[in-house]
Amino acid sequence: MPTKSDPARLDVRKTYKLYVGGAFPRSESGRSYVVSDAKGKFLANASQASRKDARDAVVAARKAFGGWSARTAYNRGQVLYRIAEVMEGRHEQFSAEVASSEGLSISKARAVVDASIDRWVWYAGWADKLAQVVGSSNPVAGPYFDFSLPEATGVVAVLAPQDSSLLGLTSVIAPAIVSGNTVVAVTSFERPLPAVTLGEVMATSDVPGGVVNILTGSATEIGPWLASHSDVNAIDLAGITDHDEATELEAASAENLKRVRRPADEDWTESPGLSRLTQYLELKTVWHPIGL
Amino acid sequence: MSRFEYAPAPESRAIVDIKSSYGLFINGAFTEATDGKPFKTVSPASEEVLAEVSEAGPADVDRAVKAARKAYEKVWGPMAGRDRAKYLYRIARLIQERSRELAVLESLDNGKPIRESRDVDLPLVAAHFFYYAGWADKLEYAGAGPDPQPLGVAAQVIPWNFPLMMLAWKIAPALAAGNTVVLKPAETTPLTALAFAEICQQADLPPGVVNIITGAGRTGQALVEHEGVDKVAFTGSTAVGRAIAKTVAGTPKKVTLELGGKAANIVFEDAPIDQTIEGIVNGIFFNQGHVCCAGSRLLVQESVYDEVLARLKRRMSTLRVGDPLDKNTDIGAINSAEQLARIRELSQIGEDEGSERWSPECELPTQGFWFPPTVFTGVSQAHRIAREEIFGPVLSVLTFRTPQEAVEKANNTPFGLSAGVWTEKGSRILWMANQLRAGVVWANTFNRFDPTSPFGGYKESGYGREGGRHGLEAYLAH
Repeated sequence: MPTKSDPARLDVRKTYKLYVGGAFPRSESGRSYVVSDAKGKFLANASQASRKDARDAVVAARKAFGGWSARTAYNRGQVLYRIAEVMEGRHEQFSAEVASSEGLSISKARAVVDASIDRWVWYAGWADKLAQVVGSSNPVAGPYFDFSLPEATGVVAVLAPQDSSLLGLTSVIAPAIVSGNTVVAVTSFERPLPAVTLGEVMATSDVPGGVVNILTGSATEIGPWLASHSDVNAIDLAGITDHDEATELEAASAENLKRVRRPADEDWTESPGLSRLTQYLELKTVWHPIGL
Repeated sequence: MSRFEYAPAPESRAIVDIKSSYGLFINGAFTEATDGKPFKTVSPASEEVLAEVSEAGPADVDRAVKAARKAYEKVWGPMAGRDRAKYLYRIARLIQERSRELAVLESLDNGKPIRESRDVDLPLVAAHFFYYAGWADKLEYAGAGPDPQPLGVAAQVIPWNFPLMMLAWKIAPALAAGNTVVLKPAETTPLTALAFAEICQQADLPPGVVNIITGAGRTGQALVEHEGVDKVAFTGSTAVGRAIAKTVAGTPKKVTLELGGKAANIVFEDAPIDQTIEGIVNGIFFNQGHVCCAGSRLLVQESVYDEVLARLKRRMSTLRVGDPLDKNTDIGAINSAEQLARIRELSQIGEDEGSERWSPECELPTQGFWFPPTVFTGVSQAHRIAREEIFGPVLSVLTFRTPQEAVEKANNTPFGLSAGVWTEKGSRILWMANQLRAGVVWANTFNRFDPTSPFGGYKESGYGREGGRHGLEAYLAH
């Protein structure tokens, strides 16, 4: 983002790239698209992710899944909290990007960034409580020890909200990764810049490469490839506003019985509750006989 | 060849009164179908026609859904949880009172041995109604938020392998949560669901709360597609589950699916051998292998392969195949000619692809649908019998050397319903349980079910859980 602090100095402008497997590639397709602010003024050229980028991102996410889901819940909670810490240090940058992307006043944009950071903190705390709240010990009618534990479902594709470029994005990524899933997120098409900066935060906050992959570009273009991808276990359609499009993506997701989160009117400023968190969980029940 | 001869010990079927024909159970009463053709249900053990059953057409489906909607809005939804609970307790008690009759009817229509319908199915059916009855007045404690609400009308389509048990798994949590239901039993096993309809009448359940419509795939499809349905719950094949997931796409309908499996039953060299052999047998031959979570892929550590195989074959030689109503029968009839054809086809493919097939000497009845307990050795992961669900008494045996290899082979499938682990080493059990991508892991046991215990799959074995408070959540909005 251009800064206004020193009129005598020429800005160094940022190149906005994808974030895949812990690295920052441009799109393999070589495409970029113009991102403008709410008033139509040029902000940047963002990379326009392709089908191949999406597939690369799924490969990266699958590769990262084993290690990330096997980490202790305590450790995952710390990594999520670390994201909040690093975001706090970049508060001004996020505020400026949210303000220009969403056409908000700087004070309102700051409030959005506050809420986004606080959301990471909220989800961070869930990492080591999920199993206690969502799991169970089951009093079966027989001599067995029988318990049920939540586990991450795998690779989650996220088509992020179109309007809320940072708080909405945070609200759909955090609940997926806190439990050990890995994510391929397609950002808001018109407001991708805060997402790229969030990727930079990920890269510097102990999040292993591949756990979160961020693709700037069109959910309409990339969504169908993610929905029909057999190595994607769940999909969040939050950013799809067209009913027919959502229906097609849900139908394509049926092919490998992906867990589908349908789009809904959501107020991202509200307390999120547990439904998005549990959406990307499996429940494993383990039985063992009791005896001498 | 059996080591001992047994005298026949048949359970009497006199206790069951089967009508010559049945209508549909809609709005509390049996009614004639208006636009479907009647069909016959046969005993798979004898091919004897048991009864004629109505096929519900679209107009009948519509009537049933409307009855359920009205009951939901006027009676069942507004009813105090305390009273819903009492109805469910009544149903549980009626099932217990009539359990012998229901067990015989189940064995007649399904072909499963009376030993299993009497000792496994029916006790679990009653237990499910008891368990969920107690939730009806405690929904705010079920973990779905402080004020959970029912979804409305639930369309439920169930398979033929555990006709009454699947009915209980579906209806009990739905009613406890305040929903009303339209249930379609499988076309080959409708009789116990129709007997359950009578139980609803005996319990004075308000009309329309439970509707039972019989028919085949078309009836199920019409039910799932009906616009008046708020929730779809299906147990059956992955192919049909996939089709249902496509059907509900873009609608507000909630959906849970319990689909196929290809479970690995993993035997380590230190496994308690006698229990393990029983567990392998129970894992694959229980209910003729007509079990979505059956342990159909046996993974044996190489060092004990010879011993396990020898003992398994010896044990299989003592299994008694035959009349489902004989109390000594271990393996009953295959449910239908169609299913028998599929088992035969896949077994032939197993041979054609180079696996070695073995069955104990065993004389099969000349009438009815039968398949002997069968084991395939020399099976590789690429073989179709190691990848596809056979849904019959057919076991594929593979081997492994290290725990890591066992995990990789076990997880090498699009399914993820269940798994078994046999070892005396506790830390290894827990490590294996962590690594296996399956919704149920049985350690040193297999095929255990309980209403308090969530059951359901990972990956293409479907989504959602049945049993426990997690099973209740599938019928609540929160």
